[in-house]
Amino acid sequence: MSETAYPSTWRRPPRLVKHRGWRWGLWFGVLLYLVLAAGSVEVDIARVLSGLERGQRFVSGFLQPDFVTRWSDIRQGLIESLTMTLTATVIGILISVPIGIGAARNLTPAPVYLLCRAIIAVSRALQEIIIAIFLVAMFGFGPFAGFLTLSFATIGFLAKLLADDIEEIDARQAEAIRATGASWWQFIDYAVRPQVMPRLIGLSLYRLDINFRESSVIGIVGAGGIGATLNTAIDRYDYDSAGAILLLIIAIVLVSEYASGMLRKYLQ
Amino acid sequence: MTDIGHYREVWRPASAARRLTRWFAWLALVALFVFCWQLMTENTIWAFVSDAPRQAADIGSRMVPPRWSYLPALMAPLWDTINIATLGTLGGIAMAIPVAFLAARNTTPSARFLRPAALFVIVASRSINSLIWALLLVAIIGPGLLAGIVAIALRSIGFIGKLLYEAIEEIDPKPGEAISATGARPAQVLDYAIVPQIVPAFIAIGVFRWDINIRESTILGLVGAGGIGLQLQSSINVLAWPQVTMILLLILGTVVVSEWVSATLRRAMI
Amino acid sequence: MLKIEGLSKAYRTGDVALSSVSFRVPRGQIVGLIGPSGAGKSTLIRCINRLVVPSEGSVMLGEIDLTRLGQRALRRQRRRIGMIFQEYALVERLTVMENVLSGRLGYVPFWRSWLRRFPPEDVRRAYALLDRVGLLQHADKRADALSGGQRQRVGIARALAQEPDLLLVDEPTASLDPKTSRQIMRLLTEICAERRLPAIVNIHDVPLARQFVQRVIGLRDGEIVFDGAPAQLEETTLSTIYGADDWQAMRREHDEQDDAEPSQRLSGAEA
Repeated sequence: MSETAYPSTWRRPPRLVKHRGWRWGLWFGVLLYLVLAAGSVEVDIARVLSGLERGQRFVSGFLQPDFVTRWSDIRQGLIESLTMTLTATVIGILISVPIGIGAARNLTPAPVYLLCRAIIAVSRALQEIIIAIFLVAMFGFGPFAGFLTLSFATIGFLAKLLADDIEEIDARQAEAIRATGASWWQFIDYAVRPQVMPRLIGLSLYRLDINFRESSVIGIVGAGGIGATLNTAIDRYDYDSAGAILLLIIAIVLVSEYASGMLRKYLQ
Repeated sequence: MTDIGHYREVWRPASAARRLTRWFAWLALVALFVFCWQLMTENTIWAFVSDAPRQAADIGSRMVPPRWSYLPALMAPLWDTINIATLGTLGGIAMAIPVAFLAARNTTPSARFLRPAALFVIVASRSINSLIWALLLVAIIGPGLLAGIVAIALRSIGFIGKLLYEAIEEIDPKPGEAISATGARPAQVLDYAIVPQIVPAFIAIGVFRWDINIRESTILGLVGAGGIGLQLQSSINVLAWPQVTMILLLILGTVVVSEWVSATLRRAMI
Repeated sequence: MLKIEGLSKAYRTGDVALSSVSFRVPRGQIVGLIGPSGAGKSTLIRCINRLVVPSEGSVMLGEIDLTRLGQRALRRQRRRIGMIFQEYALVERLTVMENVLSGRLGYVPFWRSWLRRFPPEDVRRAYALLDRVGLLQHADKRADALSGGQRQRVGIARALAQEPDLLLVDEPTASLDPKTSRQIMRLLTEICAERRLPAIVNIHDVPLARQFVQRVIGLRDGEIVFDGAPAQLEETTLSTIYGADDWQAMRREHDEQDDAEPSQRLSGAEA
């Protein structure tokens, strides 16, 4: 068998951009962007170096957290965070169910559909933190503004996923129920609810997790909760307490993630 | 008609015990809600709450019309914001890849020590919002873009790491077996059997996170970590509501564009 | 060429997959390994190149005992053993050429394989092999664009790219239709004859084995219960290997299949 007749080199065919010039141009463009972007970052070496010592203190604070000194503040922050997480999730679910049903194209007339979709779009487009800024300005500092923020954010999240879910229900089952002469309410109860309920429960538990995580942030702009405590601790360079708070947040997220996983498995 | 007189007249979809537990679960939930509500509103000043609609109307009327002349001054912060998101995502990807390989059951070199450590890194990064990371980093390395980039990168590790290691655990083991059977080194098995299988998932995850990071980097300025959030913060501080409206509109536009870009990228690359 | 002595494998759960299996394979011989599923065929093949680590016994390839090698030496020896898999085990998102060249991974340094810059003689050999299995014009296609039979040909080319001294073939036809199965088996036997390659072929399809292999080893519950020429396989032996009911069922199924496509039947293959 003579092997000399076969080519002795092989190049993998390009996967994305077939034209050689465009390929090089693309690489050049990416490189140029990276250089420009990196150039726009002004690094004050002296400041960073002086910060390294503080960084070290933060790491040691994380490793040897101090739960005791500010315990009453931490406790208050945690209670606010947990209570506003739960109440906001419950209220959020209660409001997002009708809005979700209203935003499902296969159930509602066009005007209602458009209105509900608009509410969802507004809620999703705005960051929690920006909503919190406005609500704090309107309702004053404290967990009540945080509660409203989280409820509002929950609506955008749950109502959208619920509406998408309803739009994807099995049409044959729905048709069968409709064929029995069921009214609109009976139709929701017998055709829609059984199909979307498991996922609604799963999503609600997931949103509970997210709300807790968010509740640790919105305190930074004055909406109460553990975020406010954390903000104060960091402002005072009290890294031992900050480390303790962060560890508590991580632990609660872990526990709630585990618990919601178990609960979801049990409920389904 | 058939005679149905001798059948039971009451039917319930669940047994009595089940109904009872369900009823108690709902009761407990309601009680918990009321309890939490009481606790949360302990210090609420209701006068402020009842005053809120008037406040809302007041702010609302001050917010329109947006101050369009402010737009040119926002271009530089917008460029910074995009850079924070992009460089932060790249940094996050660079750190998340090794973490994901250490965390995946089928590629970790040590399931007893390195895997739990990698999983902890992922959980820690995921539980802490990028704004909190930024808060810390501003305190440590000073305000500016760098703090924002590092914050975004640190938050992205957990997100990308988690999705990536799940993708790695789901790969088909047969090609790996076949490649090792040729006498290839472990690094070559990685290159030829594992990497090609996760590339599509990897691109999708990276682009998805970039999209999220654009949103997040718009607010990092609130704590001093650079970007358009700085302007938002200072405008709010001086109660320049028309400027705030302008910034929010720009953020909204950026988010819409980034969503479109990421959708296009995903479609082109997979 | 290959000498297996007292090979046993017990899993940690206590299941015994192989107990004291011994046989030799001389150069150029194709051995068909038959037996019901769970008899240990797949374990036996994987114990030879240590994809499964045997509990006891020795596997001598030439002068080297594969069971006693360290990782580095084992990789060196694995280059000498080509393996072909049931569901092809190709890397689907790589090109056909990359899949074939992956047979050379044990021979090239990492940077070459990383940059896909294989030595000229490797590339030339890969092209020659693709030509041999009839896929020359598919070199730049992605592996998932090929049909089942074509993919198995790529698998064969990958194994041959290793320039092996032994072929291990694990159910090569299990995911193929009867006609393609025969084509693949014919290709395998021709290639082994050309290169005087010994091969061990796991095969659940007894009639197909009879048609193509020179020697049959029957496995039941991890033990060898038959070792001889295909012609010596009698109904009673097959009944002991598979159990009487299962063997009858298998035979009936095969007859029906052949009735359905009589033109595909090869003449004189039973001899």
